[in-house]
Amino acid sequence: MKLCIDIEKKQGDFSLKLNTEISGERVGIFGASGSGKSTLVHLIAGLIKPDAGEIYLDDTCLFSSRNRIDLSPEKRRIALVFQQATLFPHLGVKSNLLYGYKRCRPAERRIKPEAIIEVLNLGHLVGRGVGKLSGGEKQRVALGRAVLANPRLLVMDEPLSALDDSLRYQIIPYLRSVSAEFGIPCLFISHSLIEMQLMTERVLVVRDGRLASISTPDELARSGMAANPRGYLNLLRLDGATQKESLFLYPWGESDLIVSEGRIGEESLFELSSRDIILFKNHPEAISARNLLECRVAELFDSDGRKGVVLESGGATLVAEIVRPAAEELGIATGATVFAAIKASAFRRLG
Amino acid sequence: MHLSPQDITAILLSMKIAVTATAISLPFGFATAWVMVFKRFRGKVLLEVLINLPLTLPPVVIGYFLLLMLGRNGWIGIFLKSFGVELVFTWKAAVLASATVGFPLLVRSIRLGMESIDQQLLQASRSLGAPWYDTLATVILPLSLRGMVAGSSLMFARSLGEFGATIIVAGNIPGLTQTIPLAIYDYASSPAGTSMALSLCLVSIALSVSVLFLHELIGKKLEHGGKA
Repeated sequence: MKLCIDIEKKQGDFSLKLNTEISGERVGIFGASGSGKSTLVHLIAGLIKPDAGEIYLDDTCLFSSRNRIDLSPEKRRIALVFQQATLFPHLGVKSNLLYGYKRCRPAERRIKPEAIIEVLNLGHLVGRGVGKLSGGEKQRVALGRAVLANPRLLVMDEPLSALDDSLRYQIIPYLRSVSAEFGIPCLFISHSLIEMQLMTERVLVVRDGRLASISTPDELARSGMAANPRGYLNLLRLDGATQKESLFLYPWGESDLIVSEGRIGEESLFELSSRDIILFKNHPEAISARNLLECRVAELFDSDGRKGVVLESGGATLVAEIVRPAAEELGIATGATVFAAIKASAFRRLG
Repeated sequence: MHLSPQDITAILLSMKIAVTATAISLPFGFATAWVMVFKRFRGKVLLEVLINLPLTLPPVVIGYFLLLMLGRNGWIGIFLKSFGVELVFTWKAAVLASATVGFPLLVRSIRLGMESIDQQLLQASRSLGAPWYDTLATVILPLSLRGMVAGSSLMFARSLGEFGATIIVAGNIPGLTQTIPLAIYDYASSPAGTSMALSLCLVSIALSVSVLFLHELIGKKLEHGGKA
């Protein structure tokens, strides 16, 4: 997917002015509330008309004030998933799912209802009304409905914001799988850095209606490490746990990670703040933290007076954060060996 | 309770006029509400005032204007005359009077229903491939049903009670244009008509209560259906 945007839009005191080009199959639009993310989405989907400019999706011109082109939303084939599931309340689950599918030209019906019902695990919901679904189920139906419209682009506008933490991380694998399995390019809008890291490969950062930068989610997390109260969040997908007393051991790199809250027999996603990792130059004699990992310093980076240390062990990496004087005292340099101490309870299981 | 054949005719005529006026107004009311809720255009305030004008004007004034327009020398009257149609002092004129007076109530109720529709539902519908008329038919219309039922009930009830505009434009011709309120007016004017007037009053109350019950019943059913 290649999206070329060169647009202007004024709404009251707020003005959006963007001129950029972004490619990728999972692109994110990141920014704080009121930065213009949703306005941008509405402009791309044809729900708001730009004052001037052009929008191209791949080779199709969606809008051009110069050539007087303004494709109507239904002709753009850009399906939206909103923060709230916005299921049609007068229709059942099945009719909601098939709403876009029925309106899609037969030649473009690449994704079949049976396939999406299976991937999103909706089989038991099909005969129900939408009023009796839980928040997560509603969002899965909304996602299925959007994908079944066989869109050229799937736009997800903060689809996880209305869900609580446990549901959020249950839905993310579904969001990832529909995009990957059915090959639909996806534009993911969020103000959550962690969602960007989990969902996207390229990120367009919007600030006050202007383009701030284009980067990868990891670069974004690194640059915001010092400013983020929780530092850089390492996201670890760990599997193959064994239990030892009340703790869980997950194979990681050349050693094991010991975490206090794990699951046997299923892959889990863990979050670990860069600030929960303490670095030692030499092996400490005794330490209360359950994890003491011997790592190689693969890379160092700066973030507003802080130093990010990329630790590597057997191909797996973690980012630790230290202040600059600590980096000088420890004499940390790329290629050096350090010991990372992490408490078992510092790993937060997301789902 | 005693009802004369003439009273029965008045009751049936009242029902016929109210049903016809409501049925004819409903599509126009829906379209007007849709325009007012979802469209932006110049002169919207003016249209708003025009739609609501019958609510504030005395019905007699409305009746008089209708008489001027539909009469032999009125521009609509002349136009209809060329097709051999004459409305004044017929039950059709009473329908027109009822429709004009009740229209703002109908539009208001449908508007309230439409305004409560989540805009994102419409955006979702459009982005899922539905053209505007498809969204209108498959999302706005079904989600406005409660407002339409409420508006129709109000308009029907208002039509049953319509007096001022009707008597001017349709007259008070027994068996032809005399509705319940006009018959009651006649009985009230004669000293011996008290019990006859009361009988029609009871019929009027019974009809109104039935309409309100029906409205509640349909409203509940739609609410239940919406939650399914």
